[in-house]
Amino acid sequence: MNGSSSEARLITPTMLGTWLILASVPLWINAIGLYPYIGVEILIWSIYALAFNLLLGTSGLPSFGHGAFFGVGAYAFGLTQFNVAANIWVCLAGATLAGALAGLLVGLFIAHRRGIYFALMTIAFGQIFWTISVKSHSVTGGEDGLLNILRLPVTFGIASFDISDNEALYAFVLVVFAVVVVLLWRLVNSPYGRILSAIRQSETRTAHLGYNVWLYKLSVIIISAGLSGFAGGLFAMAQRSAFPDVMNLAQSGLVVMMTLVGGGLVSFWGPVVGVIVFLIARDVIGAMTNAWMLYFGTMFVLLVLFRPEGLAGAAKQLAERWRARRAAPNALSSATRSG
Amino acid sequence: MALIEAEGVHVRFGDRVVLEEINLAVDEGELHGIMGPNGAGKTTFFNTLTGSVKPSRGRIRLDGADIAGIGPYAIARRGVARSFQIMTLFNDFTAQDNVMMALPALRARGFDMRRAVANDSALAEEANAVLASVGLGDKAGISAKLLSYGERRALEIAVALAQRPRVLCLDEPTSGLGTDGTLRIAELIRSLKKKLTIIAVEHDMRFLFSLADRISVIHWGQVVARGTPRELQENPWVKRSNLGSFG
Repeated sequence: MNGSSSEARLITPTMLGTWLILASVPLWINAIGLYPYIGVEILIWSIYALAFNLLLGTSGLPSFGHGAFFGVGAYAFGLTQFNVAANIWVCLAGATLAGALAGLLVGLFIAHRRGIYFALMTIAFGQIFWTISVKSHSVTGGEDGLLNILRLPVTFGIASFDISDNEALYAFVLVVFAVVVVLLWRLVNSPYGRILSAIRQSETRTAHLGYNVWLYKLSVIIISAGLSGFAGGLFAMAQRSAFPDVMNLAQSGLVVMMTLVGGGLVSFWGPVVGVIVFLIARDVIGAMTNAWMLYFGTMFVLLVLFRPEGLAGAAKQLAERWRARRAAPNALSSATRSG
Repeated sequence: MALIEAEGVHVRFGDRVVLEEINLAVDEGELHGIMGPNGAGKTTFFNTLTGSVKPSRGRIRLDGADIAGIGPYAIARRGVARSFQIMTLFNDFTAQDNVMMALPALRARGFDMRRAVANDSALAEEANAVLASVGLGDKAGISAKLLSYGERRALEIAVALAQRPRVLCLDEPTSGLGTDGTLRIAELIRSLKKKLTIIAVEHDMRFLFSLADRISVIHWGQVVARGTPRELQENPWVKRSNLGSFG
């Protein structure tokens, strides 16, 4: 019953623990040879990977061109800032809305597909968005990207916080991350989330139970794309620019890899674990050798071969084995008693 | 008037005709059996009736309204539930969650993203009651993939029952079961008789002859014989094909 009681909670002990550890990062990150900006990157990519996993892990929809939504959000953040209003909330809303609209557009073409056809269509759409971003110089700046995006102050009525330095930005993104985690945790454990999970397990049965599978798939594509756009907006703000490269196929592949390495298929936290491992490996192994992807790629292959459920899945298994071993002596003694 | 009426249902896949012309009527409260040899079109008819196959011609009426080709989810919403010959359960879910997915109360709030399902004890209780009715009362918390074959067969029916259907369509409910398991399922279906309209495709003739009010025999994509089990035993086609020898 432990599992279901945490499902019912708005805020779980795991969340609190994760937030506490993340909140302490600025205190020791320099001491271990890393730097605060990697924390910002980890949080933003975590939001993105959680949004992506709403499709892959929760609904079983393999979206391999997800970078498109992240990129659209990044450009939308900059364009909103230049053309509409230089207010952080307006810009983030613009990024989310642009991502969601892109999701709606793509979803209309792919929501009735499944499996490999779904995957191929997402790749095709990803490439289309990437090509548009490279070619439309007047809007996106083409290969040069969209520069001079500002880290806008966080405003609440008359109060205003400056987030132009990395520590302050980290604090802001951490709060945003916490809110996203709470909302997503609720979503995946709500009736809506259960239905998405049912669709993953058997689309046929779900339809025969009276659920309009197409509409559920379309809606979750829109939600996931909107949240990815939101993450893209944060990213544009963090790196003060937006480039087409986040939309290309390789970058879209990264979020898939992070999610799978972390264990997104079996765990809510899988994508976050994957992002942390990936970005730290990039910096640590990357500092030693240029061929760091070779080592990370090898690790990915080994993991897929031996632990397809990812790091979070492996941890879960270890925990279960440990619990079973602890329970075993009792079970044995009660068996002797009853025997 | 018949609750379900199939009229001239014709299905072709490409240039292959699978159902030539099916005419069939099922009264409210009846248990209607469908039998026939392999490849006769029984399952295709079943899929047409429940919406996953769109007929090329013909009508299927539920309570007078044409439901042919409106799709599985719309048909399910009108009160037609089905079980699957090849078991189609949510394997990562517990037995309770499998049944819960089918409850109209959950379906009614399908786009609710704010409340946790685990907080809703009414749903759990309703699901447990359905499980108890098929003899799985003590298996609620067990993952569907860990249940025995016979238990999974019972869960197949429980999920369909949880939809609170008017019409229950069972596609070979005893497929793969031994004598004991078959008897248990027969007992379960007998307890549902009169409460529901049931259409059952079945290979096990003893099973069908002992339970059904009327039986339709499908062969070459059409209904070649129909009647009560007793009438069918006298039917020359059934006699010739040796299908009714268990009477």
